Amino acid sequence: MPSYVDPSKCDGCKGGDKTACMYICPNDLMVLNVEEMKAYNQEPDACWECYSCVKICPQGAIFVRGYDDFVPMGGQVHPMRSSDSIMWTVKFRNGNLKRFKFPIRTTAEGAANAYAGQKGASLDDECLLLEASLPTPTK
Amino acid sequence: MALPNKPKGELKAVVNPEVVEHDVDILIIGGGMAACGAAFEIKKWAPEGMKIVLVDKAALERSGAVAQGLSAINTYIGENPIESYVKMVRNDLMGVVREDLIYDCGRHVDESVKLFEEWGLPVWKKDADGETLDGAKPAPTLRQGGQPVRTGKWQIMINGESYKCIVAEPAKTALGADNIMERVFIVKLLLDKNKPNQIAGAAGFSTRENKVHIFRTKAALVACGGAVNIFRPRSTGEGKGRAWYPVWNAGSTYTMCAQVGATLTMMENRFTPARFKDGYGPVGAWFLLFKAKVQNGLGEFYANSASVKDELEKFMPYGASPVTPTCLRNHLMLNELKAGRGPIYMATDVALNAFLEDRKAKGMDDKSIKKYWKHLESEAWEDFLDMSVGQAGLWAGMDIEPEKVGSEIMPTEPYMLGSHSGCCGIWTSGPEEAWVPEIANESRAHKYKWGYNRMTTVDGLFTAGDGVGASGHKFSSGSHAEGRIAAKQMVKFCRDNASFKPELKQTAQEIAAEIYAPVKLYEEFKGGSTAVDVNPNYCKPAGIMMRLMKATDEYGGGVATYYMTSGKLLNICLDLLRLLREDSEKMAAGDIHELLRCWENYHRIWCVEAHIRHIEFRKESRYPGFYYRSDYPTVDDQNWKCFVNSTFNPETKEWKCEKVECVNILSTDPWL
Repeated sequence: MPSYVDPSKCDGCKGGDKTACMYICPNDLMVLNVEEMKAYNQEPDACWECYSCVKICPQGAIFVRGYDDFVPMGGQVHPMRSSDSIMWTVKFRNGNLKRFKFPIRTTAEGAANAYAGQKGASLDDECLLLEASLPTPTK
Repeated sequence: MALPNKPKGELKAVVNPEVVEHDVDILIIGGGMAACGAAFEIKKWAPEGMKIVLVDKAALERSGAVAQGLSAINTYIGENPIESYVKMVRNDLMGVVREDLIYDCGRHVDESVKLFEEWGLPVWKKDADGETLDGAKPAPTLRQGGQPVRTGKWQIMINGESYKCIVAEPAKTALGADNIMERVFIVKLLLDKNKPNQIAGAAGFSTRENKVHIFRTKAALVACGGAVNIFRPRSTGEGKGRAWYPVWNAGSTYTMCAQVGATLTMMENRFTPARFKDGYGPVGAWFLLFKAKVQNGLGEFYANSASVKDELEKFMPYGASPVTPTCLRNHLMLNELKAGRGPIYMATDVALNAFLEDRKAKGMDDKSIKKYWKHLESEAWEDFLDMSVGQAGLWAGMDIEPEKVGSEIMPTEPYMLGSHSGCCGIWTSGPEEAWVPEIANESRAHKYKWGYNRMTTVDGLFTAGDGVGASGHKFSSGSHAEGRIAAKQMVKFCRDNASFKPELKQTAQEIAAEIYAPVKLYEEFKGGSTAVDVNPNYCKPAGIMMRLMKATDEYGGGVATYYMTSGKLLNICLDLLRLLREDSEKMAAGDIHELLRCWENYHRIWCVEAHIRHIEFRKESRYPGFYYRSDYPTVDDQNWKCFVNSTFNPETKEWKCEKVECVNILSTDPWL
């Protein structure tokens, strides 16, 4: 189900310091045509449809069209992701709609505790940070 | 407005890239769960001033197998004895596993899960009435004794759309943004010039600018996932991107480590998951949470039939488990398909309606039933939307509502991995504990421990997650824990080898020329044809990948033959792979993206060769349902209840395959 870019919405991330979709795609698929200032998916048959580009696009310009070798046309799944939840709209081929909303995070972005500055006790045992003792197997 | 339809990317490659050299103490290669675990943990042990750098070919926030998200954490020990976890893994993987590594993973994994929750991952909980609360509802945390929602014995449910973003954040903070290099693809490891069998560096290139990066390092962690698109997939058009495992995992972990002489183990193992057909949506929640059953084309729920029980008795003790090993479940499904009793359905309709009928029978009123159904429907869809949106897209396109109609499931093409229900990978040292078996053999390829937990047989080279072989069922959480284990050990290795100064065998220019060879080839010969992809002097990576997948599918036991192969077919496959390996030196890249694909396919060819070599060596069919050898069609515990380890000698370029003793730590009677 490759992603595609709506040219009427994509602004090539002009205002940002990097193109969001190009920055995030785990498979290096999204590229920017700098003359047109529009992004596109350069290798649709290598798209995992992970939706990383769809979720991150600040203009909401990226959508997904089902893989043409097995998905009948007309359906669409599209998310709106905020800092704590995601809302999915599922449009069926027959026109039916379903909406689902799920939490995605319980802390503020940037608030995950990296335990910076904290040090482990001894390099010569097998305990990791926050572990004081470890079990051994019984038969 | 139409955009030019360009088959190539926008980043033109040049013949002479800039070369940048880096001196570090520890290099973390990869950006998935294991690498993030290592990045988080390592600073807790490293002395001031130790230079630690992480290199990721993608962006840390969405890289690795968890990029899309997950709807469950499959390994959380919780209230269970770790010993039961080891026994479950041992049985699922047909008896040949490293129990020391599995136990060790089991004793660290919960701490990683508790950290995930603390960092912001919503974990479903049970309230006082046993009802399910989603992960954002107020409830005690796991650390405070909160009760997660178990599906199977080991799995817990999460709202995991942002799982990877959440885990990447503290990894980034801990290491510091300046020490994380994204969009750099490491393609080869480098041995030390002076000290034999010691890692001294790694090299790769930027996928954003014409730069080759060369690192000198005292220790390295290689955690770049498993291998995908190595067998011809069932969908060969656009849908070949819809691989079950992440399509960007190219076997880099196995290939890079093998090439410097790290011993591999159980490379004959593969994972052939049965998933929802075409969309490859997960089946775990349907089986475990919704208690759905599989139905054949005749409408029979065949899994509990008398003939199935007879069939499972052929594979004792493995077949006797209340949870049938994954490969044998495939085997039973394949028997149905081969007998013409397909297709196989997940009876989603039966399962969901059973929940509603149950509530009605307990006297729930219509309004409450409606509310309950909304909740149930949402849970069913979230399973796909969290981790396999494409499956939801397929249902939308096919007008499928799971409460009305079942959906087809199908065994996929084979994958190579070491963290899921598979166990191929690299042979590593277990922990420095008295209960880890001592083996009277000089060679590390036979030993279970040599001083540094998760170190490969090469000094200073560590791995984790999909990289560590013979110890599957770690999944996301276990991979993170394993990265943390390796991190501490790398610091220890550097402390113990403080005087070591890495020196590379090759010059920077030699390394850069090797990495950019496909660009040079392209520039030299591109004028020889009016079509860039058809040229007698070079081949393109896309074509090489199709050639690889055709060879493995037809001769190596792919979907074309219902996973059947033989000694004869395997040797033909090895001949084809040798030719492929030779021709891979003629791969050409017109831009940097294509250079990425060249090196990925080079890695694929190598690790698949190891896979085929191992299957050929093992004269039995250890994993019926994952692959079969027609010449040795049964599980032969008498002769083959042992590891197969293989080592490539970087000096002589020769492979050595050998049997290695499999020692049980836990009692084998009772087996489960």
